[in-house]
Amino acid sequence: MNPEHIEKIIADHEGRQGAIISILEDIQDLYHYLPEEALRMVARKTGQSLVDIYGVATFYKAFSLKPRGRHLISVCMGTACHVRSAPGIVDEFTQQLGLRPGETTEDSEFTLETVNCLGTCALGPIVVADGTYFSNVKRTDVKKIIHKARTGAAGARSGRDERLFPVDVLCPLCGRTLTDAHHQIENNSSIALDVSFDGKKGWIRLSSLYGSTCRESEHEMPPDVLVSLSCPGCGRNFPEKLNCIECGAPMVPLEFQGGGVLYVCARSGCMSRRISLDVPVLRAETASARQA
Amino acid sequence: MVTVTINGLDVSVEEGMTILEAARFIGFPIPTLCYHEGLSPYGACRLCVVEIGEAPRSRLVSSCTYPVEEGLKIRTASKRVVQARRMIIELLLASCPQSKTIQDLASAYGVRTQRFKQEYEDCILCGLCVRMCSEQMMAKAIGFRGRGTERSVGTPFDIQSDVCRLCGACMHICPACQLRCTYNEPEKAICNACANLRPPCLEKEQYDDMMCYMDPCVACEIK
Repeated sequence: MNPEHIEKIIADHEGRQGAIISILEDIQDLYHYLPEEALRMVARKTGQSLVDIYGVATFYKAFSLKPRGRHLISVCMGTACHVRSAPGIVDEFTQQLGLRPGETTEDSEFTLETVNCLGTCALGPIVVADGTYFSNVKRTDVKKIIHKARTGAAGARSGRDERLFPVDVLCPLCGRTLTDAHHQIENNSSIALDVSFDGKKGWIRLSSLYGSTCRESEHEMPPDVLVSLSCPGCGRNFPEKLNCIECGAPMVPLEFQGGGVLYVCARSGCMSRRISLDVPVLRAETASARQA
Repeated sequence: MVTVTINGLDVSVEEGMTILEAARFIGFPIPTLCYHEGLSPYGACRLCVVEIGEAPRSRLVSSCTYPVEEGLKIRTASKRVVQARRMIIELLLASCPQSKTIQDLASAYGVRTQRFKQEYEDCILCGLCVRMCSEQMMAKAIGFRGRGTERSVGTPFDIQSDVCRLCGACMHICPACQLRCTYNEPEKAICNACANLRPPCLEKEQYDDMMCYMDPCVACEIK
C-alpha cells in the first residue's frame, strides 16, 4: 500500500461533507479492497473517528475488507436467476476457478461472489464480470466469461463511463445528418458543424457522446467568445434560443434521431449540451427560418 | 409552555420536552431500555411506546424521541400500548434471556413465556454503550459494525482500540451485558480491568470487598 495514493485520494475529496463513501470507493478501485492501514489513514486525515469509518466500510456490501482479486465475478442468485439454474453456474465457476463463492484465487486474479439480485431478472441468469453484464448465461458460457475477464475484454472496472452514450443528430433546418463517421472523437463518430467567429470560418467536430464536452476544431478558439454555428449541409446558421444553464449564453438547437432536441451552448469556452424532448416547439420555431 | 393531555390529565409542560420526559415529570412511569438521561435519545428499543391522538386515528410513537405538541393527547398505558410492549419484551427475551434487566421487565409486564426461536445473544443493539463511549467518554472507541443480522457492537477490526481508555463505562451501562469481561482472550478484551488486577480477581476471596460492575462477574464465574 502506498500512503501517497491514499493521501491524494483524500485530498481530492477535501472539505466535502459526506465524502467518506467516495473516498472509500476510490481506495477500493485502487486496491480492490480496503486495507486496514488505509482506513486508519482516512480516519487520521479526515479527522473522523475510525469507528465511524469502519462502520461505513462494513455496512455496505460493495466494500470489502478482505483482499479481492483483480477480476470480480458476481453470479446472481436472486429468485429468478436461481430457478433458471444459477446454482449450476456457480458450480461451474467453482470448478473452473477452483474457489468457492467469497474466495479469491491464490494468484489474486479472480474473486467469485454471489449476489442476491441485480434487478434484471428477465435476463437471468446474470453474471457480472468486472462491471460487464452477461445475460442468459449457460454453463457452457462460463469458460468464455472467464476468458473475457482475464483478457480485459469484459471491460476494466475503472473503464468506460456507462453514463455517456452517443447521439445521432440532424440539422433542424434541412434535415441532413450532422454525424461524421470518418472523424472519430472518443472512439465514436462526431457531430460535424461549421463555426464562424471573429471573421474566421472553419469546421468543428463535437463528441457525439452526450455528457462529454470533447471537441476538435480547425481554428484555435479563444475561451470566451460567442460563435455562430451553421450546418455544413445547407450552410444556414442555426437559430439561437434558450439560454445555457451553465453560463447564460444562447444555445443552438439540433434535432436528434429518436425524437429530441440537443441544445449546444454557443460560447466557445462552455459548449455544454443539454437534451430536451420538446420537438414540436423546435419545429414551430425553425419553420420560419426554414422558409427564409 | 404547552398543554398536553396525559392519560386524561391536562398538564402544561415546557416546550421542547419529549413525551417521555413530560410523563416522568408528571409522574407517569414509562419503561425504557435504550434511554439514558445523560445520552441523546435513540429510539432503538421501542419499549417506551405511547399512543398519541384519538381513536380511530391514534398511533404508537416512541416517547423518548417525540417532542410534546400543543393539545397532544397521550396514553401511556392503554391496551394497545401494553400489548405492543409485551410483544417487544417477548422478542427481547427471545434474543437475550439471560439479561437481568430484561427478565425484570418481563416479570413486571407478566410475560412468562415467549413464542419465538430461543437464542442466547448478549447484545440487543440498543446503542447505549456506543453513545456512552462517544457522548460521555468522548472516546468513540466502539461503534456499530455491519448491518442486518450481521450488525454488532465492537471496536474496529476487533482489536483493542487506540482511543479506548479502559474506562468500563460501556459495561457499566449495558442492559444485556454485551461487553462482558473477556479475561480468557486479553487481546480482544475491551476493558480487561479484572485481568489487570494483581492478583487477578479470579482468585475471588482476595477481593471480597471490591465492587464489580459485572453482576455476577463473568471472570469470577470462569473457573
